[in-house]
Amino acid sequence: MHPAFAGLVTIVIGVGGCLCYFWLSNQFLDKVLFPAKGPNAGRNINRANLIRPWLFLFPALFALSLYLAYPVVETIRLSLTERVTQTDGTTVYEFVGLKNYAQMSSDPKFWEAMFNNMFWLIVVPALSTAFGLLAAQLTDRISWGNIAKSLIFMPMAISFVGAAVIWKLIYDARPPDTSQIGVVNAIYVGLTGNDPVQLLTVPFWNNFFLMIVLVWIQTGFAMVILSAALRGIPEETIEAAIVDGANPFQIFFKIKMPQIMGTIVVVWTTITLVVLKVFDIVFAMTNGQWGTQVLANYMYTQLFVSRDWGVGSASAMVIMLLVTPILIWNVRNARKEMR
Amino acid sequence: MDNIAGTKSSLTWAVHISVVALVLLWLFPTAGLFVSSFRTADQISASGWWKSLTTSEQNLTLRAGAPANQVQDGALYVIEGNLFDEAEAPQAKIGTWGISARELGAFQPGDTAELRNGSKVTVQENGDYRQTSEEEFSGRRGSRIFVNAELPPDFTLENYEQVLLSGNSQDSMAKAFFNTLTVTIPATIIPIVIAAFAAYALAWMDFPGRALLVAFVVALLVVPLQLALIPLLKLHLGIGIGKGYLGTWMAHTGFGLPLAIYLLRNYMVGLPRDIIENARVDGATDFQIFTKIILPLSFPALASFAIFQFLWTWNDLLVAKVFLIDASGQTTVMTNQIVELLGTRGGNWEILATAAFVSISVPLVVFFAMQKYLVRGLLAGSVK
Repeated sequence: MHPAFAGLVTIVIGVGGCLCYFWLSNQFLDKVLFPAKGPNAGRNINRANLIRPWLFLFPALFALSLYLAYPVVETIRLSLTERVTQTDGTTVYEFVGLKNYAQMSSDPKFWEAMFNNMFWLIVVPALSTAFGLLAAQLTDRISWGNIAKSLIFMPMAISFVGAAVIWKLIYDARPPDTSQIGVVNAIYVGLTGNDPVQLLTVPFWNNFFLMIVLVWIQTGFAMVILSAALRGIPEETIEAAIVDGANPFQIFFKIKMPQIMGTIVVVWTTITLVVLKVFDIVFAMTNGQWGTQVLANYMYTQLFVSRDWGVGSASAMVIMLLVTPILIWNVRNARKEMR
Repeated sequence: MDNIAGTKSSLTWAVHISVVALVLLWLFPTAGLFVSSFRTADQISASGWWKSLTTSEQNLTLRAGAPANQVQDGALYVIEGNLFDEAEAPQAKIGTWGISARELGAFQPGDTAELRNGSKVTVQENGDYRQTSEEEFSGRRGSRIFVNAELPPDFTLENYEQVLLSGNSQDSMAKAFFNTLTVTIPATIIPIVIAAFAAYALAWMDFPGRALLVAFVVALLVVPLQLALIPLLKLHLGIGIGKGYLGTWMAHTGFGLPLAIYLLRNYMVGLPRDIIENARVDGATDFQIFTKIILPLSFPALASFAIFQFLWTWNDLLVAKVFLIDASGQTTVMTNQIVELLGTRGGNWEILATAAFVSISVPLVVFFAMQKYLVRGLLAGSVK
């Protein structure tokens, strides 16, 4: 069967199946199990209403538990086991305690990934938020601001892989004395007359060149959110500041910034989450060579190149640990709102 | 508002100029890819793409007609024609020309030069030439003429033909395009249906444990999907789905659900309570309220999530690599195809740029067409 056709069938079965499930289960509940008539009509309606939410929730809860909650538990378990080939040729996973973590922490590539990730965690959210704030403030009151915003926002739609190709062209280096087609080297050679540089192999700074790609993508996101927050600032506070003789910079830093601090934090943490999972950019541009390894790519290499599920799971747990503070913070905020 | 008397004009100008600079800076990378995808390999390696938009000077080595074409004109043997026609090159304006590689710009258009074999050649600005000799021309090939020509911008659709229509399995994006589409559409629609019902229950039905479930969804929102790769792959292999579309659809559905439920619940909670309570009083069941009232009213939120999920599944590499692409390579998606091209054809920018542009063109269209909903969704998802 052609996959496109299979896709269509899946849509029909998936969507139709879901709708059928919801409709039939509701019918069953109302008509068969607890019919809203007869001597127990009132009690039956109450009972049906106790069960109905779970009918609505069941498919989602099932998928969430199986595809997100269970893997967390299973990854913890896998990170404590090791594949052992027995004498009869079968493989089993044996409990080995923290051995995988010990092995991982003696791997210099892991520490390189950790160090780089910390560097990413500082630079990318900071630059994206700063540029986003700048763009939001500058486009706020000009007539063609919306067009400008939509163009800066555009990289959001581009895949990390597509962005990797785009930026590889920018960082491209040709042999000396030929025409440089990468704009960075064209400018560098034009200004200094030195030989072109293979930018993605320059130690330490190549990390920065990879980060710029993500900053380029995420700035639009930061801008959109912060721009809405800037619009939400009460006009009176700004008017009052103008009356008091504040200059535009004072208005921005002393009046506007404090009022949107909450939003800045939200933007910062959202980008932090993206950074922690960044994989495609590094995978497509350097694959962790030349000192550019990051955790997500380290994990991928362990899992699918070295085929070491124990260490791979252990490094996945490190990523999980790093997002946990944000997870707790989010849950607490959500609970506060529910009240 | 920010206009303080006296500082207005200079500051406004500064703002306009900064925004122009910022927009250009942000557009420049994508523009490079776009322009490069319309240039031939030779053009790309000859000059940076930013030079292709204006007329460019290029050194070309052309040949006069072969001796076989000579005609006798009185005492002279003559070969006439146009250098560009002879080479089947596009017409251009000649700035300077020469007859040896060491003296490229020795002559102006209209000058006459004497070649080593004793013949004389005159080249005009448009490439017309006249080569004369008192003796008969011999040999097989015409004399070489080095010209420095001003070429107008020249673009081609060849790369798109190569990438989309050639059927060359290494470069072809056509199959990967359809595979990506096959992954994307079910993976976008199915989570919406499942999430909508759950979101309704979490927003408008009263039951014990509701707050806990909302917290559960919020917590899962940030769980990195990297954690799910191995356990789910094991599960898929264990229950016989293996690597393939079904597993990929299910994985995308699972990974997309937290955001879907979160966005839709937040939106549904904000719907007016009166409508729903009136409907209840009139005897509508929850199922009817959901399908007849909530779903139509929630269209903006549904659209927001649909765009998110579409962009995310279309642009995804990791999930496809783990759950879909097997050793046969029949089910490759575009992102994976591009990564492989980066490996095999790292220097062939015309193929790479075109392939990448094919893959980003669909999200770009969706982005510009549905930007309103995307922004709305972002705001609903983050500003809380």
